[in-house]
Amino acid sequence: MVGDVFVAPLVVAYPYKRTVGTLLSRFFTSLSECRLEGTRGSDGRVFFPPAEFDPVTGAPLTEWVSLSDTGTVSTWAWQETPVEGQPLGHPFAWALITIDGTDVPMLHAVDAGSPDNIAIGTKVKVRWAQDRPGGVTDIACFDVVGGAS
Amino acid sequence: MALRDIAIVGTAQRPSEVNSTFTSVEILLPVIQQLLDKVKIERSDIGFWCHGSCDYMSGQPFSFVSAVDAIGAWPPIIESHVEADGAFALYEAWVKIQTGEVDVALVFSNGKTTSGPIDQILSLQTDPYMVAPLKPGFDALAALQARACLEAGVVTERQMAEVAARSRRDARNNAVAYTKGNESADDLLAMPYTLNPLRAHDCATPVDGCNAIVLAAGDVARRLAERPAWIRGIDHRIDTQRLGARSMIESSSAAIAAQKAGVARDRIDVAELHAPYTHQELLLRNAMGLSESTHINPSGGALVANPAMAAGLARFAEAAESIFAGSADRVLAHCTSGPMLQQNLVCVMEGE
Repeated sequence: MVGDVFVAPLVVAYPYKRTVGTLLSRFFTSLSECRLEGTRGSDGRVFFPPAEFDPVTGAPLTEWVSLSDTGTVSTWAWQETPVEGQPLGHPFAWALITIDGTDVPMLHAVDAGSPDNIAIGTKVKVRWAQDRPGGVTDIACFDVVGGAS
Repeated sequence: MALRDIAIVGTAQRPSEVNSTFTSVEILLPVIQQLLDKVKIERSDIGFWCHGSCDYMSGQPFSFVSAVDAIGAWPPIIESHVEADGAFALYEAWVKIQTGEVDVALVFSNGKTTSGPIDQILSLQTDPYMVAPLKPGFDALAALQARACLEAGVVTERQMAEVAARSRRDARNNAVAYTKGNESADDLLAMPYTLNPLRAHDCATPVDGCNAIVLAAGDVARRLAERPAWIRGIDHRIDTQRLGARSMIESSSAAIAAQKAGVARDRIDVAELHAPYTHQELLLRNAMGLSESTHINPSGGALVANPAMAAGLARFAEAAESIFAGSADRVLAHCTSGPMLQQNLVCVMEGE
């Protein structure tokens, strides 16, 4: 019919869900329940976040290890001007943190207050996010043990 | 299998700029035409075309396809694209020529780096579950590496400032370079930290740019260039994507790539290292065993002009030009990719 224009809505979206697999599912569930769990490799090293496959042999890793929520800074850098979406909205430290009982450090943020309050070797503790949908951001950030000034 | 002799026979680069309003086709077309004129060949002489760029920078899937307009797809051509620096496209073209199917290849790369927050865009390459949700920029990840190196005594802040001062001085003689200066290391050390322990001069300048290179085999190369830059060794190695499992104070993938490429077989006159951070140049020099007699980055390097996805191929162009000019006989070109020197491609070229 002349004059009629067919109009259809277009919504840009990803209209599907995906599974993260057995290892990440268990890992993200444990984080949402405020627990840290790693995996042990064939050479005895413990990984947190857990490794799905052995870095040495390539075999699937199935031995889980319960961990405390404290760790040690192995290197750090000071984000003076945070970017939107980063763990903290005020100046903070990025750090590689070796969770106690593990052998390989992970990346996260430390709410140290000032670069004077953090160094290699500083002990830190997990600060859990209020909202924990399951993911690495269930850890809001780390606090310096003993408190930042 | 005997390897074919393959050489770089010509290069062209567009001077760096920021906030360019040109499309990728508009900046590539004149550079490719300039290169064909220089080498005195026609489009029909090219057996293989290979392109390096990154769709994330334009925010559009398959945006690289439009770049084919800059090379012309009729009559039909054989072409390929890598979602990576053009140096990796050069590696693919080298392999293509090794198969014996073609004798001449044209490699090109482009990056409109300043049209978005490149520091954040590049960190989308990190682990999508464990790292990317935290949104660390590449500068922050490099800063973690720099701190570990400083604490271990592998580098000093003064050495880092000296790398920056030398690069900015050398850039003054390079029309392609962007950041130029005549500051001393002391001047630079007096500047404040931007991402402690990094200062602004420790981080490469993002620029828009593009470049192109012609590769040719055997006698074809000898006909096209007076003094071709013969590729004697080329190798690409990768460290684990798990940031914490890597050594922060050495680059094992760069060391293996350099060894496989035959860097240590003879002296290196000029090394063009793709080091987007000052401490990374020092790490790469250590990993590759480069001595004081090697002239590092006479072009000023990626530190003074870092077009994402083109800065590595620019190192190949600069190194090859020093062979063409006769100012060097044996040179090294390097490209890195990924956070904290995750990937390293090393190439040794010689003049005859």
